[in-house]
Amino acid sequence: MENKPPGEDVENVVAMPSMSNRLSGADPDWSEMLSRLAESKDKTLYIALFRHFAPRVKSYLIRLGLVDTVAEELMQETMLAVWRKSHLYNSNKAAASTWIFTLARNKSIDLMRKQKYPEYDLEEWQEEPDHQDNPCEQGVISDRMNSAINTLPENQAQVIYMSFFEGRSHADISDRLGVPLGSVKSRIRLASEKLKTMWRDGV
Amino acid sequence: MNIKHHLDEATLVSYAAGSMSQAMALVTACHLSMCPQCRERLAHSEAMGGVILDALPPAEVAEDSLQKLLACIDEESDIEAVLLDRPDINRPHKDHSDKGIPTALGDYIGGSLANVEWKRIVPGVYFHDLPCKSERGGVSRLLRIAPGKAMLPHSHDGNELTLILQGSFSDEIGRFTVGDIADLDSEVEHQPLVDSDVDCICLIATDAPLKFSTLLGKIVQPMTGF
Ligand SMILES: [Zn+2]
Repeated sequence: MENKPPGEDVENVVAMPSMSNRLSGADPDWSEMLSRLAESKDKTLYIALFRHFAPRVKSYLIRLGLVDTVAEELMQETMLAVWRKSHLYNSNKAAASTWIFTLARNKSIDLMRKQKYPEYDLEEWQEEPDHQDNPCEQGVISDRMNSAINTLPENQAQVIYMSFFEGRSHADISDRLGVPLGSVKSRIRLASEKLKTMWRDGV
Repeated sequence: MNIKHHLDEATLVSYAAGSMSQAMALVTACHLSMCPQCRERLAHSEAMGGVILDALPPAEVAEDSLQKLLACIDEESDIEAVLLDRPDINRPHKDHSDKGIPTALGDYIGGSLANVEWKRIVPGVYFHDLPCKSERGGVSRLLRIAPGKAMLPHSHDGNELTLILQGSFSDEIGRFTVGDIADLDSEVEHQPLVDSDVDCICLIATDAPLKFSTLLGKIVQPMTGF
């Protein structure tokens, strides 16, 4: 295997990707396009989605510690899954970026661990709550989330970054940063609660 | 099912990020199968991943990537693609397995708790190790404890997840019934006592060996790998 364990070559001090100059309002509605792809199997939609997401998926895989050739191959598998599984996409449950993130995440884990990532059942065990407290367009949630992440204190943004882009467990982050496990978890909790509150209240 | 004990926020983020061990992810996925509330919370944690993905600086993809994929897509008929990826065709449907066993666990034990080969630790306490990778000497196992029996008192160096699949137990934190999850870290020492009239079966995962606080526990530990 030529891929390294996640994050082995990453410096101790992580650089957060800059997200401040993104003009979210100007983006096409990717979620709506992905939904239409499921129905129409229209290749021009697929090409547009590829051009936007493929370079980002590859960027994510490289950050996880995969070398370029492996990242390229896994990106292609992920984007092929976007085509094949589009009928499973539900725009009421997730934004297109979220759904594609989970596809790429599962592919990378399947490869690195040679074990399938345990997923929860798709069919319902219990009725979903009939109403959501704040029915909200997924796209709007994404925009709010984006500005919310930029307001996190550095030490909270760092643990979120290390979880999502270095694939580090709580114990691993605790070793890396030299802070107790309990503090790592409370930083993650604080960051997450803060993001959720900002979502609900519209920042 | 009336679930009272849920996943810690930090655990949900770790699952969403794909950054927990296979052993911990299995227990988490099983609770998510049983708990609509945590599924809704997870959707928000996964949205975090989506937003950050979308904001990443794009990497350069190979020139022929898109052409290759389009060629691939042309070769498959739509019907084939749909059949290939329908999860209910690839996996045994829930109706064929035990009621109450999430698919993620069923995949490891042939779909039913009835298939599990138990090993005895002490009278009334049985375990079955699962082949999920853990980290730092942690465990991935099913535990079966008879009514009135207690697990040995222990604390943790790391995280411990315990999901109830059958029966119930009580400990210093409260009472745990089917679907409940005890999501604990090193701050807690506890001794679960089974208070149901059937055997209590739990799925557990840790990311460090448990620390036993009694002499019996210390003697039994090396034999069980706990
Ligand atoms: Zn729950």
